[in-house]
Amino acid sequence: MEKFISHTGTGVPLRRSNVDTDQIIPAVYLKRVTRSGFEDGLFAAWRNDPEFVLNQPQFKGGTVLVAGPEFGTGSSREHAVWALQNYGFKAVISSRFADIFRGNSLKGGLLTVILPQEAVEALWLAIEADPTTQIKVDLDSRTVSYGSASIAFELDDYTRWRLMEGLDDIGLTLKQTESIDAYEAKRPSYKPKTLPIRI
Amino acid sequence: MQDIEKGPLNMGKTLAEKIWADHVVRSAAGEPDLLYIDLQLIHEVTSAQAFDGLRLAGRKVRRPDLTIATEDHNTPTLDILKPIADPVSKLQIDTLRNNSKEFGIRLHSLGDADQGVVHVVGPQLGITQPGMTIVCGDSHTSTHGAFGAIAFGIGTSEVEHVLATQTLPSTRPKMMAINVEGKLKTGVTAKDIILAIIAQIGTGGGQGYIIEYRGSAIRDLSMEGRMTVCNMSIEAGARAGLIAPDQKTFDYIKGKPHAPEDFAAAQSYWQTLFSDSDAKFDLEITLNADDLEPFVTWGTNPGQGLPLNASVPNPADIKDTEARGAAERALEYMGLTAGTPLKKIAIDTVFLGSCTNGRIEDLRAAASILEGKKIASSLRMLVVPGSERVRQQAMKEGLDKVFIDAGAEWRNAGCSMCLGMNPDQLSVGERSASTSNRNFEGRQGKGGRTHLVSPLVAAATAIRGTLSSPSDL
Repeated sequence: MEKFISHTGTGVPLRRSNVDTDQIIPAVYLKRVTRSGFEDGLFAAWRNDPEFVLNQPQFKGGTVLVAGPEFGTGSSREHAVWALQNYGFKAVISSRFADIFRGNSLKGGLLTVILPQEAVEALWLAIEADPTTQIKVDLDSRTVSYGSASIAFELDDYTRWRLMEGLDDIGLTLKQTESIDAYEAKRPSYKPKTLPIRI
Repeated sequence: MQDIEKGPLNMGKTLAEKIWADHVVRSAAGEPDLLYIDLQLIHEVTSAQAFDGLRLAGRKVRRPDLTIATEDHNTPTLDILKPIADPVSKLQIDTLRNNSKEFGIRLHSLGDADQGVVHVVGPQLGITQPGMTIVCGDSHTSTHGAFGAIAFGIGTSEVEHVLATQTLPSTRPKMMAINVEGKLKTGVTAKDIILAIIAQIGTGGGQGYIIEYRGSAIRDLSMEGRMTVCNMSIEAGARAGLIAPDQKTFDYIKGKPHAPEDFAAAQSYWQTLFSDSDAKFDLEITLNADDLEPFVTWGTNPGQGLPLNASVPNPADIKDTEARGAAERALEYMGLTAGTPLKKIAIDTVFLGSCTNGRIEDLRAAASILEGKKIASSLRMLVVPGSERVRQQAMKEGLDKVFIDAGAEWRNAGCSMCLGMNPDQLSVGERSASTSNRNFEGRQGKGGRTHLVSPLVAAATAIRGTLSSPSDL
């Protein structure tokens, strides 16, 4: 995974709440067997509308998505994270994220930042007033800053460390193989197994 | 002498806390717990990239014997033994078949007697048991919580993690109890309970929690009904929902292919799985089952639901600006006018199926209403069993004939129109009454409009052509 320390870019104001994963990427776009190429499915239905924020030229090239509450509800599809990343987003800001989407984003290096709803509203206004506003999302200091504003956000130390070091989760867990072996040695024998097949 | 029984360390535990504690491989300050995973379920849509990751890193599947795969999301429900027409879908299915072979994973393919929706397959094989940790790259994994297991959906990176290590670093969620006390009226079902809960706590109400469903109305539910409730925990924002196992749970597992050989030993452990009377929940909610009515959604998220006797709400009456805006948008998308009685809404397609309501009991419930009747000529009805075993059982009972004679289409097992990934989709503007779990914009097909309902409401609606409950017949 690529290291995430700090990112500066322009924002895209998505003034909608409950943006579910079927909106982020509809199921018909989930058929690929790779991790790339999902940008065409991003907000596919909404992009048919010329007024949709991603179709507005002043927001082209934005890398920080600023969305309403309950972002990423619904399915566990990590394709939602890939679609946002494939399109060019590096960070998503919202006052509330769905649990699975948030987990997926932080595993995959898309930084999801939780800010109070008032801060999200202020950021929307700032981006809409000046779409060239540079937004800095800094993991080192755990702040979002733009213009003269600087807002702190919370992220647990462990996740922050993993993102800043770009660490592979599986590699970290494999260092605990002895503990896993020890746990397995004590597992009760009545726990079910899928193999051999019983009918 | 210190009374250790009353010390803080000996405080009562919730059911979920007990299961969690039994699965901690390693715990360290400032880090997530490393949890052992007893079972991973695999399907074609969220696994290809995980297997690719393993190959790239030269890693193996640690426990193929704790892993099982099926084809469900992207599979056709007609002509299942012919080659899949869409080449992209075919590649996805072929990829799962190749990966299962290469990594030694048990796979139930289209046409196999045990193929079906991943969350119907686990319980019917008896592989889903109390006290387990179960994951799958699908958010409706919460279904398995009905057996008293911690079961939750994960992303593809986590699928790869579990394949490689049989563990998952996880932060312990908060604990919520939802007590549903009382007795359901005739015609009110598990689906109505969970739709009412989501309408009350909202799509984000369960965020960060494991929900334990308790109370007399939950205990009275069959295992199928409990699965329906736990299935939609994610629609309330909770990754997992669970119910303490009881005699019904044990009886359900007994005789299933993968029931424990030493059943007594397993059962004596299962009987310890309940929340202690002094366990502390971070949040507790109570719902009265006596008052519940058949529920239906009117909007574009599962929290936008009302009793079937109500009318389409007027956004102007909603105080919260955020919720008001969402309601306005939802009514526009759904093509509904405030004040219209929900029962006046005409339906084009009825979908009976999915991991929420595609089990044998759901089919029996709908068939009991449709028997000897015809569906309205203005609509089509799709009946998609949750698994091949459910399909076979239904045919043994003659339910297929009831559906076909009524004018419905009898299909093969799969996720089908629940997510509209295969050819079973709504067209633009088409309106469904669906026993599935999500009414998101475009969920069942681009521009499609979904009303979530129970199997009983689905069947009554099919007969009358407008949203209806069996009492309207």
